[in-house]
Amino acid sequence: MPERVAIVGVGYSDIRSITPGLSYKEMMYEAAVRAYEDAGVNPRKDVDSFISVSEDFWEGTSIFDEYIPDQLGAALRPVHTVSGDGIHGLACAAMLIHTGRARVVVVEGHSKHSDMRTPAHIHNFAYDPIYHRPLGAHPHHLAGLEMTRFLFESGNTREHCALVVKKNMANALLNPRAVYGARVSLRDVLEAPPTFSPLGELDIARPADGGFVMVLAGESVAGDLAGDPIWIAGYGWCTETPAIDSRLWGEAIYAQLAAKQAYRMAGITDPFRELDFAEVDDSFSYKELEHLEALGICRHGEAGGWLEDGLTLPGGDFPVNVSGGSLGGGHLLEATGLHRVHEVVLQLRGQAGENQLPDVERGLAQSWRNLPTTTGCVVILERA
Amino acid sequence: MTVKIKEWPGTALSSRDIEEGRVLTVRHKLRAEYEWDAGVAIGRYLRELKNGRLIARRCGGCERTLLPPRMFCEECFTPTSEWVYVGATGTVNTFSICYVRWDVVRLKEPLLPAVITVDGASPGMGILHLLGEVRPDDIRVGMRVQAVWKSPDEREGAITDIKYWKPIQGG
Repeated sequence: MPERVAIVGVGYSDIRSITPGLSYKEMMYEAAVRAYEDAGVNPRKDVDSFISVSEDFWEGTSIFDEYIPDQLGAALRPVHTVSGDGIHGLACAAMLIHTGRARVVVVEGHSKHSDMRTPAHIHNFAYDPIYHRPLGAHPHHLAGLEMTRFLFESGNTREHCALVVKKNMANALLNPRAVYGARVSLRDVLEAPPTFSPLGELDIARPADGGFVMVLAGESVAGDLAGDPIWIAGYGWCTETPAIDSRLWGEAIYAQLAAKQAYRMAGITDPFRELDFAEVDDSFSYKELEHLEALGICRHGEAGGWLEDGLTLPGGDFPVNVSGGSLGGGHLLEATGLHRVHEVVLQLRGQAGENQLPDVERGLAQSWRNLPTTTGCVVILERA
Repeated sequence: MTVKIKEWPGTALSSRDIEEGRVLTVRHKLRAEYEWDAGVAIGRYLRELKNGRLIARRCGGCERTLLPPRMFCEECFTPTSEWVYVGATGTVNTFSICYVRWDVVRLKEPLLPAVITVDGASPGMGILHLLGEVRPDDIRVGMRVQAVWKSPDEREGAITDIKYWKPIQGG
């Protein structure tokens, strides 16, 4: 039985729509200082390995991981990058500890989205150059296609998606770390200018700058550190297929299979009853509903009705994205998964301020690597 | 040709085949444009270059003078504590004589990149820049050099505000 692993320290750099005053290095330093203070570790002595998640094209520098050690206290130490979502990095850190190779591991992820002048063009570069890009559509058209099929198959409605926007932007108003909090009505969302219909302008999470650093430790040392440990009960990740022409458009099977791995590891058979809340990917409004169903928290076609009945509101039986998610909190590129994890950790510690849920013991964080991917990650976190 | 193969099978492509559309090709020109935020430390460094000066940050922990400046010390992992001006003179740490341009064109006049340890900065700290007013054969590790600046009205807050570094006569 491998050693249990806990997140013993978390830190973030202030999330903003733009951050012209700071370089990405200074931003990462801010998050790192907070995380190490929280965990009570000195990165120069106590950390065995450092992992960063980043994607060279978002950064505008290739082999970007070479630029991360100084601001993490990782110079002259084991460092590597996982080119994936933050939860991929978190899982990798946990595995380093499981193997016994490391006792304390740091994970970092950030977004400096505002450094990009042509983000849609850079995003488009992720699409197939021979038979997809030449069609000339903006990269978000895939979300419009997905939403149409998901609504058609599941029976959820356009209005249900608008309710997701309304809920998450309202939740964000109470979260000092969230940047796009607002009180919007169903009509505001439905009558917003259409973009990649059925998506409207408010259905798409807006990008932001910010980053996270997390310190993980094995059970044998976690007790000696200052941080309030939140245990990693299970994790999983999965990729469906890159084939645009033959993927499953009506359901997020990658999230379903990633969750299956995480549930098996955590010994969960009934996620609705055995989990208290979740932070799931809501990069586009319909994604929250699609992911909730894929995670088996409700059945296929039920997520919209659940929201309508208030079940996923902060006061409901199963609160979802009480932090405001990405729609209310900003989309943070490869740090999006760590954004979700950070909010789950704060909830389980009782440090979520005005968003705090009562009596939460166990929560789930889920991420999706955004368009055009079919990659998702899941992690289950618990208090004891 | 080899012993076994007298003539390579197949038909070679020429650039004209592509230019004249005789073969199917897909072209995609990536528009990847960035405006990287320089941040507190490098932002000030660039402003001081415009003023014709080099500025560093001192770490109160290890007492090193860090050039280029950073707001944190990577060794102590603490914030650095003060700004200090350093000289525009230094010593060649290492260099290369580059006879091939990035597009593989041969150069008669080589490009002379060098790492220069700057006077006033801690040992091994300085600037990657170019050497000038020097014969390639005369360049040595340990050679004393000084910055040659653009005129104040030409400077724009960029690393190229220094034209190059030249040998200090008698240095």
